[in-house]
Amino acid sequence: MQRSTVNRASVVAAIFIVFVCIYWIRLFQLQILDERYTLDAQSNAIRHKVQYPGRGLVFDRNGEILVYNEAVYDLMVVPGQVDVDSMDWNFLADLLEIDSAGTRERYKKARSYSRYAPSVFEKQISKEVYGRLQEYMYQFPGFYVQSRSLRRYPQPIAAHVLGDVGEVSTEEIKANPYYKPGDYIGKNGLEKYYEEALRGRKGVKVVMVDVLNREKGSYKDGLYDSLAQPGESLFTTLDIGLQAYAEELMHGKRGSVVAIEPSTGEVLALVSAPSYDPNLLVGRIRSRNYGELIKDPQKPLFNRALMSYYPPGSIFKLPQALIGLQEGVIGPNTGFECDKTLIGCHEHPDARTLAEGVRMSCNPYFYQVFKRIIQQGKNPSIFEDSRIGLSRWDEYMHSFGLGIRLGIDLLGVKGGYIPDTAFYDRFYGRKRWAFSTIYSLSIGQGEVSLVPLQMANLAAVMANRGFYLTPHLVRAVGNDSLAAGDTVRHYALVESKYFDPVVRGMYEAVHLQKGTARRAEIPDIVVCGKTGTSENPHGEDHAVFIGFAPMDHPRIAVSVFLENSGFGGTWAAPLGSLLIERYLTGKVVREELERQVKEFTIFERDAEGNIIGPPAH
Amino acid sequence: MGTIGGTLKNMDKPLLLVYFLLVAAGWFNIYSVVYDPESFAGFSFATRYGKQLVFIGFAILLAAFVMISDLRVFTQFAYLYYGICILLLLAVLVVGTEISGAKSWIKIGSLSIQPSEFAKVATCLAFAKFVSQPSLNMKQPRNQLRGALWFLFPMMLILLQPDAGSALVFLSFVLPLYREGMSGWVLVTGLVAVALFVAALLVNRYVLIGFIALVTIFLIWRNKRSVKNIALGGLLFLVCSLYTLGVEYAFNHLSAHQQTRINVLLGKEQDIHGAGYNVNQSKIAIGSGGFWGKGYLQGTQTKFDFVPEQSTDFIFCTVGEEWGWAGCTVFLGCYLFLLLRLVKLAEKQRSDYARVYGYGVAGIFFMHLFVNVGMTIGLLPVIGIPLPFFSYGGSSLWAFTLLLFIFIKMDARQRNL
Repeated sequence: MQRSTVNRASVVAAIFIVFVCIYWIRLFQLQILDERYTLDAQSNAIRHKVQYPGRGLVFDRNGEILVYNEAVYDLMVVPGQVDVDSMDWNFLADLLEIDSAGTRERYKKARSYSRYAPSVFEKQISKEVYGRLQEYMYQFPGFYVQSRSLRRYPQPIAAHVLGDVGEVSTEEIKANPYYKPGDYIGKNGLEKYYEEALRGRKGVKVVMVDVLNREKGSYKDGLYDSLAQPGESLFTTLDIGLQAYAEELMHGKRGSVVAIEPSTGEVLALVSAPSYDPNLLVGRIRSRNYGELIKDPQKPLFNRALMSYYPPGSIFKLPQALIGLQEGVIGPNTGFECDKTLIGCHEHPDARTLAEGVRMSCNPYFYQVFKRIIQQGKNPSIFEDSRIGLSRWDEYMHSFGLGIRLGIDLLGVKGGYIPDTAFYDRFYGRKRWAFSTIYSLSIGQGEVSLVPLQMANLAAVMANRGFYLTPHLVRAVGNDSLAAGDTVRHYALVESKYFDPVVRGMYEAVHLQKGTARRAEIPDIVVCGKTGTSENPHGEDHAVFIGFAPMDHPRIAVSVFLENSGFGGTWAAPLGSLLIERYLTGKVVREELERQVKEFTIFERDAEGNIIGPPAH
Repeated sequence: MGTIGGTLKNMDKPLLLVYFLLVAAGWFNIYSVVYDPESFAGFSFATRYGKQLVFIGFAILLAAFVMISDLRVFTQFAYLYYGICILLLLAVLVVGTEISGAKSWIKIGSLSIQPSEFAKVATCLAFAKFVSQPSLNMKQPRNQLRGALWFLFPMMLILLQPDAGSALVFLSFVLPLYREGMSGWVLVTGLVAVALFVAALLVNRYVLIGFIALVTIFLIWRNKRSVKNIALGGLLFLVCSLYTLGVEYAFNHLSAHQQTRINVLLGKEQDIHGAGYNVNQSKIAIGSGGFWGKGYLQGTQTKFDFVPEQSTDFIFCTVGEEWGWAGCTVFLGCYLFLLLRLVKLAEKQRSDYARVYGYGVAGIFFMHLFVNVGMTIGLLPVIGIPLPFFSYGGSSLWAFTLLLFIFIKMDARQRNL
């Protein structure tokens, strides 16, 4: 008995001894056997060099490059390894062509961040400076050069889509520990939305550095190194030619153009005017230019295509007509007198069919249509009846992608506004509003507003005769083709057969007498379009046009919104048709019209005829 | 009250010496981690080394209090303390402050305390009190299980925080349990189970099963080749094989994220910036120490940035980097001495209570050393657990001091008798 308990004490002691010995041997292996790699603490230092992956490239739908990278160099400093007192700070300042007084300040700033982790001392030095500096690096222990890359845009277009890349902010570092001060991150547009795919993955290279600031090779044969993983390429749906052309046409105007391939929901072009050259927001000039752009009263940084709320005007008559047909309150051959006592209208013959109503964009006609939709007599109280009508109408409108946020792959997209019963109940009080209170909705005025993307999406619904695919800008990220969600067809609550008379009206508006979109007519192409004039209490009315072509098997649907540009038929319709012509035929034969559209501007011109106003490219 | 002088005289001097040595060395290490030659602006209590000095001051007061107080203050009310700690562990789940993913702390004003640290002391006292009851025959598995419940319960509560490291420490009570009569096979089975678990994830299943078969054949060959032994061997083979396959199956049904973590811990996947980052940095730091180390305050890898949690869980890196293998040898030597001394003194105790308690203390210190150092040298997964007397922090220092000095007091009282 005694013997067995003594044994047990020995077993416990043996366990202690064995494990401590295992650790002791392991330490011997780590600290002594690996000695050939171990640093001589007096003369060497380990440097953790971050390997920055190249950011992913961005291509247009035909494989043309939209964004690429250009190599630049950052001068890094590891404050703990700097020989502060014996180093020639003035010489370093001369080499870098910077103010010599600031060098100590920069050093102190880096030191306050960390003594042992590298900080950026001077960002993006040129190749020439880099070349000169390289010769004298041995005089500056603790400093080294790290190569980085900057975004470049071969054509100064699509700034709002592509977005920009900038240094991470303190908040961004806090939110995600992947980022370290001095790293770059997508700030806007696709750069932000696809940041994780584009940025790739940083690697690290642990190297040994001697007292002369020379790298002596990799630490432990690269055991602790990790390779940088390059960012993935983005294959966008943009058509570089169409995008550039659209921006050219929008020069001197304020508003937005969106073009979508209806069968896929792929965005072919997305313009917000005034725009800016994306090359302005790159590298060292970024912060200065950003400051200027953000102060510009024309708000060039604001992406009107996704964020600007506009009353749709007469293009809103298209869904109104469709809802009327589906509800069975009108038929293709329903005619209404143009009774200007109901609502104002321009001079034109009475519409005898729905198509004629659309063609001539008769306001009283759609007043009647909307009245029949809203007041169907389902309830004896006209207030309750309107309430029932409007809530059903809301469902229809949402099914067209109106009043809801379209899930495009850009951040900040807005949903427009389709008023609901709750809104009017709040505004006027329950049972205190009826059709007569809200009739201006019939022609797309009043409380309703859309963003230009939704207008183009509406054109796509018309082109598809009843459905849309969520508009998107990227087809594939690296080798992964687009997410399944983007191939879902969202059906409007209106059956396909009811689209024919309305599309017919859009055809007539472009191609027949008295059509409001006559200036959108293109030889040999059957275009369907609808103009709108969105009333603007603050100044000149806004001009709107949506359309698609060809009428059968449409390949492009567009929306054009021109702020303060008068009737939709005057400038918006021809501008939209030029885009269609250019996309479908690859050229523009209507040179005179093209010249007029290009020359039209809402801004003033100087003595030489140059447009003063939005920043020129 | 001549007993105070007597107590002092009867305190075990070697233990006392090791304690002060470790605490002092620990403080100098923390100083080194925080030390920055260029921004040094004189001593400050706002720094970690400043605060640690305050913690050490309180720890010594605590030790003195234990030495002058009546031992019955601790032994008599052991179950009460245990109950209070269980309540605190329950409370921390509800009102605890979350620090790096675990609700382990209770904030009272500016002071944060970690109940799991004090639960170690209380559990050790209560467990020893229970196991050392003369009426209890600890040779009986049923009583061993009842004893085990005393530490398994707080362990479960700590796992809920979740703080795997602190929970693991409670397993160290298996050692006193073994000492008091638990079959050695439990220890062996436990070790084999852990080894097979790791092997099942690292080694190809056919190779592993082949290896198990070889071991089985070897065991049968070495023993009497009777039908009974062959049948037992077959059963052993079957159980071990099914166990490894089961582990593999369970692993494959974990989420990809959990699989990655486990793989990184086992060194199968390189993830320098993810889960494996700390360990890699820690190994670089220790490895760069060489034989003699870089010298005190000369470490470059173990300051601020490269190794995270530098002054708490990864404090051992500083020892390795600045003092080298020579320093590590002294460090491990001191610890081994502490552990063996505790076992030796425990065996000398005439009171069963003191013996069980002594083993408990040794087990807890051993488990901390085992897990913490194992983690920094890349032999064990990263489990946050302090290194006794070295890691920055008041709660753990006070708990370890209390743990040790109650035993020293027990020992001194016996010598005084």
